[in-house]
Amino acid sequence: MKYLTEFRNGEIAQRIAREIHSVATRPWKIMEVCGGQTHSIIRNGIDQMLPAGIEMIHGPGCPVCVTPLELIDKALAIAAQPGVIFCSFGDMLRVPGTDADLFQVKGSGGDVRVVYSPLDAVELAAKNPDRQVVFFGVGFETTAPANAMSVHLAKRRGLANFSLLVSHVLVPPAIEAILQSPGNKVQAFLLAGHVCSVMGYWEYPPLAEKYSIPLVVTGFEPLDLLDGIRRAVIQLEAGRHEVENAYSRVVTFEGNRAAQKLLAEVFEVTDRAWRGIGVIPKSGWRLNEAYRAFDAEERFHITGIHTEESPLCRAGDVLRGAIKPAECAAFGKECTPRHPLGATMVSSEGACAAYYNYGRFISAEELATAGSGLTGAAHA
Amino acid sequence: MCLAIPGKVEEIIADGLIRVGRVNFGGVVKRVCLDYVPDVQVGDYTIVHVGFAISKIDEETAEQTLRDFRELGILDEELASEEEAFARAAKAPQSPCPDGGCSTDSQFIKPNTEAPAGNPDRSGSGK
Repeated sequence: MKYLTEFRNGEIAQRIAREIHSVATRPWKIMEVCGGQTHSIIRNGIDQMLPAGIEMIHGPGCPVCVTPLELIDKALAIAAQPGVIFCSFGDMLRVPGTDADLFQVKGSGGDVRVVYSPLDAVELAAKNPDRQVVFFGVGFETTAPANAMSVHLAKRRGLANFSLLVSHVLVPPAIEAILQSPGNKVQAFLLAGHVCSVMGYWEYPPLAEKYSIPLVVTGFEPLDLLDGIRRAVIQLEAGRHEVENAYSRVVTFEGNRAAQKLLAEVFEVTDRAWRGIGVIPKSGWRLNEAYRAFDAEERFHITGIHTEESPLCRAGDVLRGAIKPAECAAFGKECTPRHPLGATMVSSEGACAAYYNYGRFISAEELATAGSGLTGAAHA
Repeated sequence: MCLAIPGKVEEIIADGLIRVGRVNFGGVVKRVCLDYVPDVQVGDYTIVHVGFAISKIDEETAEQTLRDFRELGILDEELASEEEAFARAAKAPQSPCPDGGCSTDSQFIKPNTEAPAGNPDRSGSGK
């Protein structure tokens, strides 16, 4: 692929790929959990460097993609209220709600702002005491410490006009849900490197043991990904199932203790609905009792939401790894980054957007002929 | 989901309630919360996610990653100002099209896997 040959370490990458080729004797299916890794794999053509039998299945680790439609609709309703400054990361603005997106709310007069950090939203609250400032706090464990600090600071500074619309999701319960799903084909996981930089990887050995599955903490750059895949394949071939750290320059077993401490102070574990997947027990965080007053859902009491997904969109199947994006009939036709039907086509980390942007338009029939083995997987 | 960019801590400012650093990302300097990396000092490198340092890393790794991210266009994307980020997100506006009647952008569709690798849409903040 174009990008990887241009990359500084193209030669080392080829060497790791050759090792994977020499080690692999059987087909294996490996899931990268993180959407950032999906993006890097497709952008750099890493999946195309692998032996034919080694298939990368793209996981649900795209926070924008899994934020439930109901919460998007609530965000739209809150952002449309007079007196509200609604702050978000850029990715969320184009995510389709039932009737609109945040851009359209802004176009209709809503004060919607893109911020770099949730702390920017706290500053906006301090500077605009007569306005309600809401931050859309989505994300996995990597982003949660930032959102926890924002609400912690707002409380300490007495900024009663700040609130957080929270949709935090957690990786370990999602992995367990995938492993328990009927027809699961995933045989090893690449764990999300920056999630583990915050949380460490002490949560994972019981999962590796219980499901006899290799778990490899992996970074985001092409060499990191190839190395993670190499280690997973070596474990699979040897019949081992361990938690391995292929990203030790950033990740420790314990993780970031200071961040974990504040997370425990601000959030509590809750059941969470994942868009396209459904409710996964104990798979999210919400503000705990001490911080409940800063919960935008409590503050704004939005009711009467009737959600409706596009009947054409199969984002749920994509997020579960049951199909590849190009196997969806709407992919590249009714659904494009310009006119997305589902969030996986919106976010830069969504698998559909990655496939579209990097020219992966292989059809379902061609995939079936190529023997992906996934075309018969369950539909939503 | 969780892209994080390495940067060098140039200055540490006591900002009342939190420890804030001025962190240089290959020339772009931003204010970053250092509360989660209490041992990081001026001159150290740290990786930063949405304005928060989450882990200390060594200089060589940091500089190499910065060069790679610049090469891959990731740096500009991550460090965009609010206006730039908004403009970038606006470049690909969406409108729900449940009836399938909207434009299909079909000029991009190629029948085979040999479709161009181009058209990289660099919008979005990349969590």
